[in-house]
Amino acid sequence: MKWRRIEEAFVKALMFASMGLVAICLTSILLVIVIRGAGALSFSMLVETPKGGYYLGKSGGIANAIVGSAYLALGGTVLAFALSLPIAFAVQQEYAGRRVASFTRLALDVLWGTPSIVYGAFGFVIMVWMGIRACLLGGILVLALLMMPIMARTFEEVIRMVPRELKEASYAMGATRWETTWAIVARQAVPGIVTGVMLAFGRGIGDAASLLFTAGYSDRIPHSLFDPVASLPLAVFFQIGTPIPEVQQRAYASALVLLIIVLLISLGSRFIGKRFARFAIR
Amino acid sequence: MIRRRTVDSISAALMRFAVIFANALAFLIGIVLVVKACPILAQKSPLQLLFGSTWYPLRGQFGLLPFLVGTVAVTLVAMVLSIPVCLLSAIYLSEYARQRVRSLVMPIVDVLAGIPSVVYGLWGVIVIVPLVRSVGQSLGSDTTGYSLLAGGLVLSVMVVPVIVSVSTEVMRAVPVELRESTIALGATRWETARYVVLRAAHRGIFAAIILGFARAFGETLAVLMVVGNVARIPVSVFDPVYPLPALIANKYGEMMSLPLYDSALMLVALILLVVAACFIVGARLTLRRLGRTA
Amino acid sequence: MPHISVRNMSVAYGDREALRNVTVDIPDGQITAIIGPSGCGKTTLLKSLNRLIDLYDIVTVEGQVLIDGVNIYDPHVDMLALRKKVGFLSQRPYPLPMSIFDNIAFGPRIHRMEPEQIARQISELEAHAPVDGLLPPQESQREEQGEEDQMARLVECYLRLAVLWDEVRDRLRAPASSLSIGQQQRLALARALAVEPEVILADEPTSALDPISSRLIEKQFKLLKRKYTIVLVTHILRQARRLADYVVFLYLGELVEHGPAERFFSAPQDDRTRAYISGEFS
Repeated sequence: MKWRRIEEAFVKALMFASMGLVAICLTSILLVIVIRGAGALSFSMLVETPKGGYYLGKSGGIANAIVGSAYLALGGTVLAFALSLPIAFAVQQEYAGRRVASFTRLALDVLWGTPSIVYGAFGFVIMVWMGIRACLLGGILVLALLMMPIMARTFEEVIRMVPRELKEASYAMGATRWETTWAIVARQAVPGIVTGVMLAFGRGIGDAASLLFTAGYSDRIPHSLFDPVASLPLAVFFQIGTPIPEVQQRAYASALVLLIIVLLISLGSRFIGKRFARFAIR
Repeated sequence: MIRRRTVDSISAALMRFAVIFANALAFLIGIVLVVKACPILAQKSPLQLLFGSTWYPLRGQFGLLPFLVGTVAVTLVAMVLSIPVCLLSAIYLSEYARQRVRSLVMPIVDVLAGIPSVVYGLWGVIVIVPLVRSVGQSLGSDTTGYSLLAGGLVLSVMVVPVIVSVSTEVMRAVPVELRESTIALGATRWETARYVVLRAAHRGIFAAIILGFARAFGETLAVLMVVGNVARIPVSVFDPVYPLPALIANKYGEMMSLPLYDSALMLVALILLVVAACFIVGARLTLRRLGRTA
Repeated sequence: MPHISVRNMSVAYGDREALRNVTVDIPDGQITAIIGPSGCGKTTLLKSLNRLIDLYDIVTVEGQVLIDGVNIYDPHVDMLALRKKVGFLSQRPYPLPMSIFDNIAFGPRIHRMEPEQIARQISELEAHAPVDGLLPPQESQREEQGEEDQMARLVECYLRLAVLWDEVRDRLRAPASSLSIGQQQRLALARALAVEPEVILADEPTSALDPISSRLIEKQFKLLKRKYTIVLVTHILRQARRLADYVVFLYLGELVEHGPAERFFSAPQDDRTRAYISGEFS
């Protein structure tokens, strides 16, 4: 009889050790980035762009990366949203047959599972074919493709959860599919939609592999869609490799800014989701 | 009235277009990559490519074996390190923790999921690589720290959120009455978890692991930063490796300079696409069949 | 002395009171029925007898339950042994995700019952069999048989006791989920009996079953009470009349009345009891 209790105590100890290990890793990541990044962070770091020379420029900040990431992620989010929302509605019962819906869901799964570097390669091929060089537009397009499956799946799940009775009530009053979709389904699903957008935004701003050959890199803030653009993840990647400490500092600062943005989005999406849930009917 | 119907029809048409777009995109990516990979497949046999161990584009040698082995090795190391930790954590969260604890821990796991891979890579360079270097050197190896083990360690942390959250969800879905019946027979919570809950949820847990595996397989940047990028087949975990995604990332600049180079890299991208897609689709289908939309 | 004594038992889930100061003695070797309208604490009282309520998230328990003089809510009590002594049958049968054979063998296996123990258990069962002819014919070479054979005999015994043997004898290795719900409930009974409890708790054991299966279970309970103390929750008054030797009536968490079945049904003391029995409310 004793053995069973000892076995359970032993396993419980292992469980706590496992969770402790994960907690230690998370803490370590946050601490390392915060400590090193905070040392590098200053007002000028945030608003100046790097001066003089690509990797060797000693002074300047990471404004190019911050603004660049903002442009890329916002542009990508808007585009992805415009694509994802119709897709999410389109796979619901009133618009698509069962086979079409499940086939589309499968396609979305494939797209969701595609590694981001494959998106980058694909984007690159298309851009070469169209004769465009690495630029802001390319980055936005590729990010949009990357974010679209995430958004579409999240939207689709929350839209599906809208109770059937609610939709029936609307149809019973003579509303068309479109009217029902807008008046009721969209409103019920707003918290989930907001969460989905923020989730995808967080993914988009943190992704580097897809931007490697499609967005290029630059020390300047882009003025047109066809200028190359810096991004925070690539800023970290390119600048950590150099031996020059000032440049490395920029990498740490970029990492910290990136981390803060992502954490804010994580918390923010939960908070906003709860706020908007007031309107939804359970 | 007519206007309303028209609006409805137009919007339905737009939806249909969106659906076609989504489906087409998945195919399009595959087709484009296949088309770009054709030239090299025409010239070299798949066996030469997959099992050749020399990568020397200058001389037209495109042996992918070291990279394939590198990818598989780093993914396996990550899974071996990650699976026990994840399963134990998931069992605790599902079977032992109170609801309050669960609702505190799950968001934290989500945070871990949201951290960009570059940040993981940076952490890997600052923390993991020196750690591996000191451990390796104390064991007699002459490693720089940039190694298979470092890549595996970093990757294992990256897949924790996926595996833990999906596994926990699947286990929570097991009806509470089943646990009650087992506890009522006098089983401990661990015995209940091990003999009953895990058995009931094993397919979902397997799917969770596959999802983690797929994520690890396609991960580019974090691994790239800590793994050494040397195209040799590793002999020990302290040896550097060169995974497939890193190959594309590092060499894209030179792609257009040599014949067949770009085609080779596109072939690599195609391989990544096919493998990752197969795993993820397989896992998701399993989860859907279980009634979970994870 | 009664087997089970409940003393000043109060249970609350969060801030919702489920049981208020219940004190009652459950008689030995009889079928006790706990009756009352839904939501009045019947299941809570039942589950408090083997501390199954411990599994709920936020639950506060005050009072004592004495089984053979030992308060089971004492923190030093051996829960595993307690639960072996007190068996439980839930409303809907939940077969373990294993074969029929393994379902029954599960209990003995986790309690690490030795072959000699199993042999002893079987011979005791045969000696005090509730009904003759219900058990397999005696075999002379019982002691020399290996552990697996002993387990097989054990499984057969309990399947016979639950009147399931004839229906499953040729598919013992089939998954338990392939049985009908009536068979599953009898399997659950056999499973609970296999750990040799002294008390059987049953939470509305026939409410999910068809009339024929229900009648089989009721018949078994009547036979089993020779060897076990049975406590049964039911909201079907007729079932209580059919089976009970002793009745406990709960209303809104309070113990209203209790007593021997004959007296309870023919001459109820409390107005609420009278109203409930005559069907004024259910």
